[in-house]
Amino acid sequence: MIFKSILGAATALGLALAAPAFAQDDKTTVGFIYVGPVGDHGWSYTHDQGRLAVEAEFGDAVETTFVESVAEGPDAERVMTQMALSGADIIFATSFGYGPEMNNVAANFPDIKFEHATGYIQEQPNVSLYNARFYEGRAVIGHIAGKMTETNKVGYIASFPIPEVIMGINSAYLAAKAVNPDVEFSIIWVYSWYDPAQEAAAAEALIEQGADIIMQHTDSTAPLTVAQDAGVMGFGQASDMSSFAPEAHLTGIMDVWAPYYIERVRAVIDGTWEQGNVWHGIADGMVGFAPFSDKIPADVRAEAEGMIAAIADGSFHPFTGPINRQDGTPWLAEGEVADDGTLLGMDFYVEGITSEIPN
Amino acid sequence: MILGSIQPAVLIAALMVAATPILLAAIGELVVEKAGVLNLGVEGMMILGAVAGFIVAVQTGNPTLGFIGAAVAGGLLALLFALLTQVLMANQVASGLALTLFGLGLSALLGQAYVGISPPRTPKLDLGPLSDIPFLGRAFFSHDALVYLAIAIVIGVWWFLKYSRAGLILRAVGENHDAAHGLGYHVKRVRALAIVFGGACAGLGGAYLSLIRVPQWTEGMTAGAGWIALALVVFASWRPFRALAGAYLFGGIVVLQLNLQAAGVKIPVEYLSMSPYLITIIVLVFISSGKARGSLNAPGSLNRPFHASG
Repeated sequence: MIFKSILGAATALGLALAAPAFAQDDKTTVGFIYVGPVGDHGWSYTHDQGRLAVEAEFGDAVETTFVESVAEGPDAERVMTQMALSGADIIFATSFGYGPEMNNVAANFPDIKFEHATGYIQEQPNVSLYNARFYEGRAVIGHIAGKMTETNKVGYIASFPIPEVIMGINSAYLAAKAVNPDVEFSIIWVYSWYDPAQEAAAAEALIEQGADIIMQHTDSTAPLTVAQDAGVMGFGQASDMSSFAPEAHLTGIMDVWAPYYIERVRAVIDGTWEQGNVWHGIADGMVGFAPFSDKIPADVRAEAEGMIAAIADGSFHPFTGPINRQDGTPWLAEGEVADDGTLLGMDFYVEGITSEIPN
Repeated sequence: MILGSIQPAVLIAALMVAATPILLAAIGELVVEKAGVLNLGVEGMMILGAVAGFIVAVQTGNPTLGFIGAAVAGGLLALLFALLTQVLMANQVASGLALTLFGLGLSALLGQAYVGISPPRTPKLDLGPLSDIPFLGRAFFSHDALVYLAIAIVIGVWWFLKYSRAGLILRAVGENHDAAHGLGYHVKRVRALAIVFGGACAGLGGAYLSLIRVPQWTEGMTAGAGWIALALVVFASWRPFRALAGAYLFGGIVVLQLNLQAAGVKIPVEYLSMSPYLITIIVLVFISSGKARGSLNAPGSLNRPFHASG
C-alpha cells in the first residue's frame, strides 16, 4: 500500500510537471483509467487496445496516458483529478464502479469531456456513457455450450451480482436451454473482476461438480488454463485468450472499443463532442468473437454464425418471449422483446436457473 | 445431505492443493517462533517468493529452478529481517510488518513485465499404481511433488524438534534464551538460521500459488495467505502435525465454500468464508485466557529480544 501511494505520488508529480508541456502544444490529450492491469488479457487489456488504436489513428495529433489497476472509489477520483489537472481533454473511465467519482470530477472540470464505460450515472453535461451489448455475445456462446455439453452441466464463474452479470447469465442460459432442454447452469460468485487464484479454484470446483463447459464473467485466463488441464472446454473473456489454452478455448466474446474511442476522440479534436449514451452490440461492431475453435462441430458453427447474423440485422433478440422469471411469473409474452431499461436493471434470474442471486 | 453431489475424494484432493501454500508458510513460521522469534513478514516473503519463482521459472523454462529461486528469495528477505532484529536489535513486530509492506511493493515492481504470461507447467508426480487405487488414488496420490514435499517438511520439522540435538538447542533458545546462552549456545546464530528457514518455506508457499495453483503472476496474489499461516501457527499451538491438520481444515473450508456454491446449496457462503478467521480469534481468546494458559505451549522467549549482557 505504502509503495503504491509513493508510486502514485511520483506519477502525480510527473504528470504535474508535464502539464505545462501539454498546455503549450495543441495536441489532444486522452486519458484512460483501467480497473485491472493492462496485462490481464481481459477487460482492461481490450480497453488498452482501444487506446493504442487511437494513437495509431491520430498519430502526433494526440497524446494518450493511462493509469492501470485503479481501485473503484476514492482512488479513482484522485487519479481522474490528476489527469484533468495535467491537461487531459477527454478521459475514459473503464469500469462500472467509477460512476460517482467520474461525475464528481466532471463537475469540477466542465471543459473536459468524460466517458464512462458500462455506467449509468450521468449527472453532468460533460459525462457520456457507453456500453456494449455483451448479452448478445453471451447468447451465442450459450448456444454453443448448450449444443456441446455432454454432461448437460455448464459452469459459470460470475463476478459481482450486478445487472450486467445477471443479464449475461440469463442470456447464455436461455440460448443454451433453447437447444438443450436438459442443460443446467452451476454458478459461482467470486466477488472479484480479476483474482486468478479464486477464479482457478472456482473453475476446479465447477469441473468437479461435473461441468464440462466453463463460462466466465471474470477477466483472467486462469479458468481456461484449469479447463485445459481437466480436459474440458471453455470460453474466453474480452480478448482472444486461445493462446493460453488452445485445447480448451472454443471462442470468446471480444470487446472492440477502438471504433468508439476513435470516433469520440475525433469529435473532441473537431470540437463536435456531444453528450451521449450508447449501447452498441454486434451490429455496431462493439461486440465481436474470437476465432472459432476446430472443436466446434461444423453444424454448430454454422448455427452460431447464423445467430450472429440474425442479431446483427435485428431479426433476433436474445430476450424474446415467452420468458418467465425464476419464480414462474411471466416477464415477456410470446414474441415480446425485452426493453433496454429492464435489461440494464436486471435483478432476477429467468425460469429454469436453480440457484439464487446473492444479496 | 448437504454435500449434495460433491465427491469426497475430489474434495480431499482439492483441499490438499488449496492447503499447501499456507501449510508451507506455517511450518516455516512455526520453526521461527519455536526459536523465540515472531516474524510477521510471512505475507511479504510469500509474495516475493511467488514473483521470484515465477520469474525464474519463466526465464529458465524450468519450474524446479523456479521453486529453488522462490526459496532463495524468501530466505534472502528473511535474512534482512534477521539482520534487523538479531544484529540491529530492531523491534520484531514492527520489522515484520515492514517486511510485509516491502515484500508487497517489491514484488509488484519486479513482476510488472510478467503479468499475463503463462509459466512452464509443473508436472504431476507419477506415482504409478498408487494413483489407480479407487478413492485413495484420486484423493491422495494424484498431486504434484510440492504437496508431498510440504508434508515431508512437516514430518521433518516434527522429527527435528522432537528427536534431534539441534532441535533441542533450537527449542532451548526459544524457551529461555538466557539459559541457552549460559550453556554456550549461539542464540543469535540459531535464530538467524531459523528465520532464513522460515523465509525459504514462505517463498516456496508463494511460488506454489504463482506456479501451480493459478498458475500466473498477479500483483498481491497471496491475498492474505501469509496472515492465515501466522494464525495457523497459533491455532496449532506450535505443534507441527496440528499445523498440518489446521492447514487442511482452513484449505478445506475455502474449497468447500466454492463447491457448495457450485452444487447450488442454499447456504450463505460468506459465513463459511469467514470461519477460518473466526476460529483463529476464538482459539486466540481461549488460549490467552488464564485457565487455559497451561496448555498454551507458546515458546517462553517468543518475541523477546536477546542481548547478551554480563
